Formats: sequence, C-alpha cells, structure tokens
Amino acid sequence: MERLDKTLETRGDFRIAFDGVRLTLGNQQVFRGLSCGFNPGQITVVLGGSGSGKSTLLRLVGGLLRPDAGSIRVAGQEITRLSERELFRIRQRIGMLFQGGALLDSMTVFDNVALPLREHTLLSEADISAEVERRLVAVGLPESGDLYPRHLSGGMNRRAALARAVVTDPDIVLCDEPFSGLDPINVRRIENLLVEINRRLHLTMVVTSHHLASCMRMADRIVFLVDGRAVSGTPQDLLNSDDERIVEFLAADGGGPAASQDPVPSGRLDLAGDAS
Amino acid sequence: MNQATAIHALGHRSVDFVTDLGRITRFTLQIVRALLMPRYRVRRTIDAVFDSGVLSLAIICLSGITVGAVLGLQGFYNLSRFGAEGSLGAVVGISLVRELGPVLTALLFTGRAASAVAAEIASMVTTGQLDGLRMMSVDPIDFIVSPKALGMLLVLPLLNALFISFAFFGAYLVGVSYLGLDGGQFLTTLESSMTFENDIAVSLLKSFVFGVLVSIIATYRGYTSLPTAEGVSAATTGTVVVASTAILLTDYAITALWGV
Amino acid sequence: MQSSPIRDLVVGMFVLVGFGAIGYLTFQVGGISWKVPGGFTLYATFDDIGGLKERAPVSVSGVKVGQVVGVELDELMRAKVTLDLTPTLELPVDSSASIRTSGILGDQFIALEPGAEDDMLQAGEEIGFTESALSLERLIGKFVNDADLEN
Repeated sequence: MERLDKTLETRGDFRIAFDGVRLTLGNQQVFRGLSCGFNPGQITVVLGGSGSGKSTLLRLVGGLLRPDAGSIRVAGQEITRLSERELFRIRQRIGMLFQGGALLDSMTVFDNVALPLREHTLLSEADISAEVERRLVAVGLPESGDLYPRHLSGGMNRRAALARAVVTDPDIVLCDEPFSGLDPINVRRIENLLVEINRRLHLTMVVTSHHLASCMRMADRIVFLVDGRAVSGTPQDLLNSDDERIVEFLAADGGGPAASQDPVPSGRLDLAGDAS
Repeated sequence: MNQATAIHALGHRSVDFVTDLGRITRFTLQIVRALLMPRYRVRRTIDAVFDSGVLSLAIICLSGITVGAVLGLQGFYNLSRFGAEGSLGAVVGISLVRELGPVLTALLFTGRAASAVAAEIASMVTTGQLDGLRMMSVDPIDFIVSPKALGMLLVLPLLNALFISFAFFGAYLVGVSYLGLDGGQFLTTLESSMTFENDIAVSLLKSFVFGVLVSIIATYRGYTSLPTAEGVSAATTGTVVVASTAILLTDYAITALWGV
Repeated sequence: MQSSPIRDLVVGMFVLVGFGAIGYLTFQVGGISWKVPGGFTLYATFDDIGGLKERAPVSVSGVKVGQVVGVELDELMRAKVTLDLTPTLELPVDSSASIRTSGILGDQFIALEPGAEDDMLQAGEEIGFTESALSLERLIGKFVNDADLEN
C-alpha cells in the first residue's frame, strides 16, 4: 500500500453520505432518520449538544457501529453491509483522531505514530522514521518521539494522535472533539493544524466539537445534530437561521469552553502557554 | 419474587451462560487464528513473557520455598508417628508435583499476572485504545490479546516447575537442617518415588491446561469489559474468581481421569 | 516496539531456568534416562511380583544396574519380567533374582544375587532362581496356620 507519493489527481472522490440513518443505543434512539453529506476537500464540523450523537456519527463512518436502518456511503461504497474484513480495507483510507488521543500507553510516541506504517506498508524502517519525524515536526512535537503518552500533556497527546491519524496520508480524517479539555492556546494550535492539513492534503475532514468559535472559523460546512436528525449548511447559514433550536444552541454556548461538558482527559492541568 | 419470575430468571441465566460459552469459544478461535497466521508478534509475546513470567518470579519462589518448608514440617510430624521419617522426600515430592505445584502456581499466577493482564486490556477498552486500533485497521485480538495470551500460556508450566523446585528446596532445608534428616536419603526417596509418566507428566499437563484456561479467561474478561472504571475493576476481580474456580474444578477432573 | 537487550536477556534466562527446572523434574526425578546404560536383556519369572512396576530398579548388592521394562503373564500364568541391564554386567548362570521392598513404605525392586558358576548368562536368557514378593497377608496366614497346627 504505497500511497505516499499521491498527487491531487489520484485522490478519489471520498465523499461521505448518510441517508435516513436510524440507530438506537441501549434504550435511547440516537438517530431517527439522519441524512447529511461530507464533501471531499472540505472541513465539515458536526455540532450538537451533548448526547446528540456526534461521536456516534463518527463511529458509524468508521464502521465501529452499524445503523439499524438507512445507508452510509463512503466513496460511493455502501459500508453498512460490509464484513469486518472488508471494513478493514476501507479504514486504511481513514485516519481518526479519538477523543483524548487514544494513543497506546505501552508504546512510545514514535512507535505510536509509526504503527499504521509498520502494519500496512512495506516501507523500510529508515523511510518510516523519516515519515514519522516529518509528521511530528508538522504538529510541533519534534523532540517527543521517545516519550511515552503519560509524559505528555493533553495538548501534546492530541497533537501526537493527530500525527498518527495523518501519517498514512488518508483520504478521510475524522476528529472527535479535538479541542476538548485544552486551553485556548492549544485549541488555536490544533485548529490551525487541522486547517493546514486539510488545505495541503485536500482531505474530507469531519470534526465534531463544542467550540463554536473554532468551528465557525474552520468549517466549510456545518452539520447540526438535533432530535436525531441533521440540519446542514454553511456557517453563515447557521448564524442566520431562525430555527429556535439552533438559536438556543448558539446563544447558550456564548460562554465558550466553560459551558461545555467535556471531561478533562487524564486528569492533567494544562498550563497556559504550554510551549511544547 | 414468585415461582414464575424465579423460573424466568433461571431460564434467563441459563441462556446467558450458554451464550457466554459461545462467545468465549468464538473469542478463543479468533486468538488461535491470530496466532497461527502472520503477522507473528514475537516482540510483543516476549514482552508478555516478561510481564507475566519474570515479574511473577518473586512471589512464586517465595511461595515455593514456604510451601515446601511447611510440607516438610507437616509431613515430618505425621510420618514420625509411624517411624517413617525416611520417606519424607517421597511424601513431599508426590504432593508437590501432582497437586500443590500446578494448582498453587496457577492460583498465584492468576492473582498476580492474569489479573494484571485483564486490568490492562480493560483499561485499553476504557481509554478507546482498542477502538483506535480497529480504526487503524489493526485487529486488537492479533495485536494486543494474542501475544499476551500466548505469553501467559508459555509461562505457567515454567513457573510450575520452578515452584516445585523451590518447594523441594524448602522442604530440604527444613528436613535436613532443622529436623536432622539425612540429605542424601531425602533426595533419593524424593527422586525415586516418582516417575515421569505417572507424576511429572500429570504436573506438566495440568499446568498447561491451567495456562490455557487462565490466559483465555483473563484476556476475555479484559476484552469484553465495560468501558468504565467499574468495568476495569469487574474485569480484574472476575478474572480471579472465574479462573480460580476453573483451576480447582479442572484439577479435580484431571486427577480423577488420570486415575493414578 | 521496545527493543531492550536487557529485557530480552532476562526473558531468555527465565526461559532457560524454567526449562532447566522442567528438565530436572523430568530426568532426575522422573527417572527418564537419556544416557541409557541398558541394552543387556534378561528375563525372570516369578509366582507373585507383588507391587513391582515397570521402571522399578534392578540392583546388585544395592547398586542399581538396570530397570524393569516389561511385565507379562506366560503360558503357566506366572509373571515374566523383562530386565534391561547395563551391558557390562556379568551374571553367573546360577544367579538369583528376588523381589524386595525398600523400607517399610517403599517401592519394590529386584535384587540380583550373583551365583558361583563360571559360565555367564547371555542376553535373552532367563534367570533360573527367583524368589517372589513377600506378601504380608500370606506371611500372617502361614503364621496363623502353623500356630493352629501346633494346637
């Protein structure tokens, strides 16, 4: 799977399309007819209150969950009926940044970022090393390769996980609450990274978040989840909307990160101006 | 709860139990397949051997010497009533090799190493690391579970032999240095009272079977735990309880079947 | 992939020591001999072998010279025991084999007493003089009978 010399033309049309998706988890109906799309080359932000299903939506895209009804197409392929084996191949085109990073805590940062390359490519260790270093530099962690995740702050963890998510040059990048628990400086950092990565690699990027300010800045499109369904539009559409649910949401979140209920990952305090 | 609900509950439990058995079987087959097919996770298996084996050495050796010493003491008191102290080596040897060695080693191992593995895997579920692997198209069973299971399986027979050896030593110390038996006689009766087919083979077989049980139970409970702190705790305690019970029951079964 | 040479060394030592323990148990305690000094086969037939098992030691003057490798019934319903002995052993043709018990609770073994003749037993031949295992019940029975007879 040698994909590192990919030019823009060879990038396929990695569009994601949900149609009439229904899903019940436990005794809660999360989606009752969700229809929305995610365009290639664009950053689409998924907004919604807690429990509205943002993370669940990402897990559906990745095939970690299957809907009870409806269709999900990734790059034109219907993924709801694929076997685990076939899903594995689709996932190789997807990079995911999990909430909290989800790096393997028994391995160094370097090994974590190198994992997708070691598993799915036939690159030599020297080439892998170069790729990993490149990504670590790009996310601002040039010296952190030999550290373990527990040695890193929340922000650094997040950036390392981002490096891992993009190390194979995927066509789709999914980010689950990349800003949660971070101080404003790191939020801005991650935001800039995501925008730059998207611009350079021309990906289909899906980001879930609470942070309105960042979302409004970086989003090309917004998917707003409410009542188990989706309302889509540009950020401007959202601001101009007079749907009372949207208005209420935008108003309530005026307080910024404090108003959200993101858990602080790994119990660490982020020192302001975390310069690493 | 009236009779109808009680029976209902019983029925539920039974179905759940059988379903669980089915799940464990499927899980085991997945592990076997992952072990047989490339890629082979040699590095991670070695790490697992280190974590469950080397780090268990301290308690195994300590317990071994202590148990051996106790056996020596206890055996001596009982045998001296018949004037048969000379056979202490034989008595100690047989009970250790056939029963106490495999069973105690397995139980200690469960408490120390297996519960740690269950906790580790369970906390990986909680922090989303396993999902992370799946999203990277890496099978958690191939990458995380199988090496740990194989490591534990390889380690237990080795620990069993070490436990027994240390116990022999403990009994020797007590018998010879403390109780004044003849060292040479102790060793000769010990070594000649057992044969490979009857005794050593059973011991190895038991520790191997226990190894299979413990590694599957520990990894299964870790892998299927709920992604909460309680889930991790439940996985750990559940492993110890289920594995210990399984060890004792299987021990009886093997002892009965072996017939000697 | 934590490549730590020290860790590998430790694991290697652990495995070696573990297998060493298994080896000790298998060969020294279990009695599997892989340096087989055997090869010289003799037979001995007894009326009653008592608790004699395969692998029971065979000794001359208290020194182990081989082991029992087979026990079967012959046509006369007597126990025919196959002995695997060290090849350097020289037993006169009038040697005897008796089944003894080591200690009170011990296992049974075969003690060979060399005879006085000049000719030696050849491989595959049978030891002529045998003494069966002492059975405690028979001994008591005999004692009781003799006591009865006297009264």
